Amino acid sequence: MPKDQSILDLEKKLDQLLKERDSLTDEKAQGAMDGVIDALHQSMKSLTAWDRVLLARHPKRPHIEAVIDALFQDFTEFHGDRFFGDDPAIMGGLAFFNGLPVTVIGHRKGSNTAENIETNFAMPHPEGYRKALRLMKQAAKFKRPIMTFIDTPGAYPGIGAEERGQAEAIAQNLKAMSHINVPVITVILGEGGSGGALALAVSNHVLMTENSIYSVLSPEGYASILWKDASRSKEAAEVMKLTASDLLELRLIDGIIKEPIGGAHRDPLAFYKSLKDALRRSLEIYLSRPDDALIYGRYQKYRNMGFYQRFNVRPEESK
Amino acid sequence: MSFEILKKHLQKERPPQKIKVAETQPVQVEVPLGLYEDCPFCQRKLNKETLEKNFFVCHHCEKPLRLRSIDRINMTVDAGSFIEKGKGYITLNPFFDKTYDDKIIENKNKTHLEDAFIYGSARIDAEPCVIGVLDSHFMMGSMGSVVGEKVTKAIEYAYLKKYPLIIFVASGGARMQEGIFSLMQMAKTSSALYLLDQAGLLFVSVLTDPTMGGVTASFAMLGDIILAEPKALIGFAGPRVIEQTIKETLPEGFQTSEFLLKKGFVDKIVPRPEMKTVLGRILHYHA
Repeated sequence: MPKDQSILDLEKKLDQLLKERDSLTDEKAQGAMDGVIDALHQSMKSLTAWDRVLLARHPKRPHIEAVIDALFQDFTEFHGDRFFGDDPAIMGGLAFFNGLPVTVIGHRKGSNTAENIETNFAMPHPEGYRKALRLMKQAAKFKRPIMTFIDTPGAYPGIGAEERGQAEAIAQNLKAMSHINVPVITVILGEGGSGGALALAVSNHVLMTENSIYSVLSPEGYASILWKDASRSKEAAEVMKLTASDLLELRLIDGIIKEPIGGAHRDPLAFYKSLKDALRRSLEIYLSRPDDALIYGRYQKYRNMGFYQRFNVRPEESK
Repeated sequence: MSFEILKKHLQKERPPQKIKVAETQPVQVEVPLGLYEDCPFCQRKLNKETLEKNFFVCHHCEKPLRLRSIDRINMTVDAGSFIEKGKGYITLNPFFDKTYDDKIIENKNKTHLEDAFIYGSARIDAEPCVIGVLDSHFMMGSMGSVVGEKVTKAIEYAYLKKYPLIIFVASGGARMQEGIFSLMQMAKTSSALYLLDQAGLLFVSVLTDPTMGGVTASFAMLGDIILAEPKALIGFAGPRVIEQTIKETLPEGFQTSEFLLKKGFVDKIVPRPEMKTVLGRILHYHA
């Protein structure tokens, strides 16, 4: 792939070629074009980290509503945190997954401007996290597995959010999720942004879709804070280890869900199929485990995360 | 219960490791040049002797200065009772960023600390406890892999010894240089606190200036009792980020200890001279 072209440029070109091809009537000409289209399609296979950032934020990327429609039966949404209000940036409810009742929770981004504004671009307020926690505790009571879907740039930085304890809400979720006695499975669908994502992602099995990202801050933020130059965000994306393959290598996630070439939105049906297969498989693993093993395994997993070394200190040296 | 297994695991594997780690009292380290000379808030000259008597509260503007962890421990625990634990950690710089290595070395030389957190056993008002202190002079007390690990170790140590745990928080949040690893420390420290819930042990979190970001959104806000020092900046998102997002200037006193007390997120604001008495009393209640 040419270095200066992002995945979005390629996509535009591909769509244009496909349109041209459809307008042709001559079969021979069509055949000639197929070769070009195929080559272009294949070139979308090798993606840079920055390409994946663009794909994770792609406006057409399948959002939680579509995923729930495709994967679950009879979804019923439940609202509110019982204290303050309902946060549209996080949706949750009950559904059947292959006939098994499960609690489904996830960030909602919306697919047009009006929906984006309504859901605050998937940036939740504290009441959103408290709603999620309420639904998770309910799931624990009725012994239902929990599935969470992550797609958020981060928790909302605003006056109301601070007043109502954004930090407290996230912290409570982290602690509560670590010792919930049912299987918790998380899929990072698009952007996994910082504490806002982690507050729904302390899970037995964390899966990332191939072109999703997961990081402590955006590449733009990393470049502007550490290099004082927001325009170096592409470079930041490369060093930040935010792609699914990097994180699997660091053993911070448990698996990757394959996406169609060029991103999930280019063939949603194939994407849903691999998503459903992956969820079914990980549910099979964890459904048979006793409560203790679920809690202990989850605890140990997070307990061991860190990139440090301990060395020998002799008493005389430490003085 | 699952945590019985964990307890066995901790007892079996952790203490008698091959590595021999010194357990020493912290030595009085010289105050680095520049620190405690001028008040960082009102920029007026400070008198060192008055300052120490005044618990490092500026005698001009009454603002508590940001403390070194050693000064904090010395003014909080019974004299000579602190024994430092868990020394000898270094970060491995996950993104291989040279500027981060340089920064760590610079901060080590400046502060004589390994990283931004120290902990150990101590007595306050004769009550034994585990005390941990974040030092904002080391990379703004940010939480990377080492701080996350040491906070978790402090929690586990309190769990094994059945001591109450006190943590003084002073941190700008997650350490951005360590990216996703810093994020995971939030999950690690928060889930470790569940051990103390299981064992019925007390955790007192003391929020001092500044308490922000990923640290607030993990162990800092999970205290059974949450105390705060007066006039400290406490919040999740930084004030500048909020101003840029909402495109307004923030009201006076937003994200201060007093603001959090009013909103119901802090149990009590304790001025520095009373901190030891209040902590001692809290430990007596739970003895």
